Amino acid sequence: MEELLLEYLPILIFLGVAIVLAVLFVVGALLVAKQNPDSEKLSPYECGFEPFEDTRGQFDVRFYLVAILFIIFDLEVAFLFPWAVSLGTIGLFGFWSMVVFLGVLTVGFIYEWKKGALEWE
Amino acid sequence: MILHALTFYLFAAIAVAAGFMVISSRNPVHSVLYLILAFFTSAALFVLMAAEFLAMIMLIVYIGAVAVLFLFVVMMLDINFVELRKGFLQYLPIGALIGVILAIELIFIVGTWTFGGDTTLVAATAQPMVIEGGNTEAIGRVLYTDYVYAFQAAGIILLVAMIGAIVLTHRSRPGVKKQNITEQVHRSPTEAVELRDIPPGQGI
Amino acid sequence: MESLASAIVELILAVGAMALLMVGVFSGSSAFKTVSLLSIGVLVIAILGAATLPTSTVVTYGGLFVVDGFAAFNKILILLGSALALVMSIDYLRKENLARFEFAILVLLATLGMTMMVSANNLIALYLGIELQSLALYVLAAINRDSSKATEAGLKYFVLGALSSGMLLYGSSLIYGFSGSLEFSDIMAAAAASDDTSFGLLFGLVFLLAGLAFKISAAPFHMWTPDVYEGAPTPVTAFFAGAPKVAAMALLIRVLFDAIPGLMNDWQQIIIFLAMASMAVGAFFALVQTNIKRLMAFSSISHVGFALIGLSSADQAGVGSVLIYLSIYLVMNIGTFALILSMRRKEGMAEDISDLAGLGRTRPAMALYLAVFLFSLAGIPPLAGFFGKFFVLMQAINAGHITLAIFGVIMSVIGAFYYLRIFKIMYFDAPVAEFDVGPSRALNIVSSATAVLVVAYALWPTLLNNAAMAAAGTLF
Repeated sequence: MEELLLEYLPILIFLGVAIVLAVLFVVGALLVAKQNPDSEKLSPYECGFEPFEDTRGQFDVRFYLVAILFIIFDLEVAFLFPWAVSLGTIGLFGFWSMVVFLGVLTVGFIYEWKKGALEWE
Repeated sequence: MILHALTFYLFAAIAVAAGFMVISSRNPVHSVLYLILAFFTSAALFVLMAAEFLAMIMLIVYIGAVAVLFLFVVMMLDINFVELRKGFLQYLPIGALIGVILAIELIFIVGTWTFGGDTTLVAATAQPMVIEGGNTEAIGRVLYTDYVYAFQAAGIILLVAMIGAIVLTHRSRPGVKKQNITEQVHRSPTEAVELRDIPPGQGI
Repeated sequence: MESLASAIVELILAVGAMALLMVGVFSGSSAFKTVSLLSIGVLVIAILGAATLPTSTVVTYGGLFVVDGFAAFNKILILLGSALALVMSIDYLRKENLARFEFAILVLLATLGMTMMVSANNLIALYLGIELQSLALYVLAAINRDSSKATEAGLKYFVLGALSSGMLLYGSSLIYGFSGSLEFSDIMAAAAASDDTSFGLLFGLVFLLAGLAFKISAAPFHMWTPDVYEGAPTPVTAFFAGAPKVAAMALLIRVLFDAIPGLMNDWQQIIIFLAMASMAVGAFFALVQTNIKRLMAFSSISHVGFALIGLSSADQAGVGSVLIYLSIYLVMNIGTFALILSMRRKEGMAEDISDLAGLGRTRPAMALYLAVFLFSLAGIPPLAGFFGKFFVLMQAINAGHITLAIFGVIMSVIGAFYYLRIFKIMYFDAPVAEFDVGPSRALNIVSSATAVLVVAYALWPTLLNNAAMAAAGTLF
């Protein structure tokens, strides 16, 4: 248990250093830099005009479809990691069980390909 | 051990704070970013429990994919979030009530566990076990053999998710020009090109 | 091999659904018709497969999966419900421009989830079954994606369904934490090992039951039902009201009797409360409905309440009476929805109760069938619905829950009022516009066959009763 966590100690130290540095830069800029704001400097600027509309443009729903299909295959890959690590001990049964799983998802993949869900147009 | 406890409280505090910011921050994009922070700190908590595999899955699936999806959804909706939040505080009392009830229940439960004389009960081990070969391999050893039924069921659920996403959101757009390489390659020169003999100086 | 044979129904459904998905996507414009008909074929084959299941208890897949007479009985009911719902849907979907072959595939996959639910022997298997079923049902509810009502129904169902899944998982995690196992038999042993029930197990039980109560839409977890039933396309509603109810009820029974029989005194109170609340909500709210699909939603809530009465006695006869009730409910419900699907005019579907005015004169056959189902739903002898209510109420009386039984009778009388109101509208009100589009042959066959079953049950009640009692016996 302790040994295992010690392996993660470098990451913890790295995180600590990163946070300290990030805070340092922001606070440092705040303290050291010369700040002399006026209303013109602080006004929003877009080619010389006030912005006409909300800056957040609407996304097409097709992004969503791509993202959700990505999640599904991402999960599929997540199932592959333990399988690859333990393939030696789980034997042929384990191997074929994964092949069946991949087969199910391949059926889904053929479906979405034929449906044209992967095409952007 | 003290470092262990310290990191636990640090990450747990950040996770709770980030969770609070998810629901209270004004800008929905910020909410999603706080959600990512909450996911990340939960991953760190998983590591502290020696559940490395879950921690990494948390990073890959939740931060790498789910959070991105949330971001898309937030950007896809054309909702005035400031307006949406106007009546937000009026739900606070009822939300707080539910929270308090859940907290009391948890205290009850933990209380009986810790102080109750209930030793006959075979409680699931609260202590993490370190398994030979790491817990990724430990999961692999049972998931594809002992739990093959659950594993295949998970595959079918993913298939349903795939079909569902396509059924609900996919629209085929007619009239889009696409490249068809087979057709292009099989085009014969006789119908594609016309050769004419043009006498000099006259044109067509 | 034994494990493959025990999951024969699931294998047929899974392989069938995937094969038909491929057929559908490769067969171009005729896909809808081909896939729908073949899906019905797959369900019929699955019924034959379910008939071969062993009636003695067989536990396979490392304790995750169990088949016994109880599972086989419920699987046949579920498959029957799904197959009939599919038969009824084809015509409607084509007329409403919803003819997409994915519909039948999703019904098959939802059915797969339901059969997994009734065979769950482990909290993981339980959850996976429920999720598979629910995920397919969410999509089905919103399949008419251009209608704002249908998408609202789908979204509402999804959000509340996710909430209930959360409660269920929270309960499961508590049960796991305090019993040390996910398997039902181990949970039972752990609960029996200590004399006084531990708080953790009890809270886990409460959350688990709350999650399951949501799935059977028992009050006070019924909020989603009317909106979803009204918003979803009618064949989807017909499907929702049948097979998923049976599956969730069977799962509830299995959890109660396989996993936590030791906590009987605790869960009996909860079940009695759910039964009373559901009957009351179903009876009173149905009185003010004008939309027939909403009415059916409240009717289904009250029927769930009646079915739960049978569980209050917590013995084999009680479970048997619930199975009888569910079988009769399924048949009545499918028949009623076949008639609701026949309420079609040239300009589209009619869904208001007032549209039925004068049906006795304009379409006497349809009115007669509907009257049969309404009387049966109300529980008027000698129709099947009466016997269903009779058996569950008998169980309550035998177990000494006299108050519950009297409450059930009163609610049944109040409920009879709104069914009879429709009867009055059909036969005594002046006709409004006629349903000028004749129902399809499939709808006619389904409605007349179910009507015959509802009437004929009284002649040979032992056929169903013996099967249900034998199925219930395998749980004890």
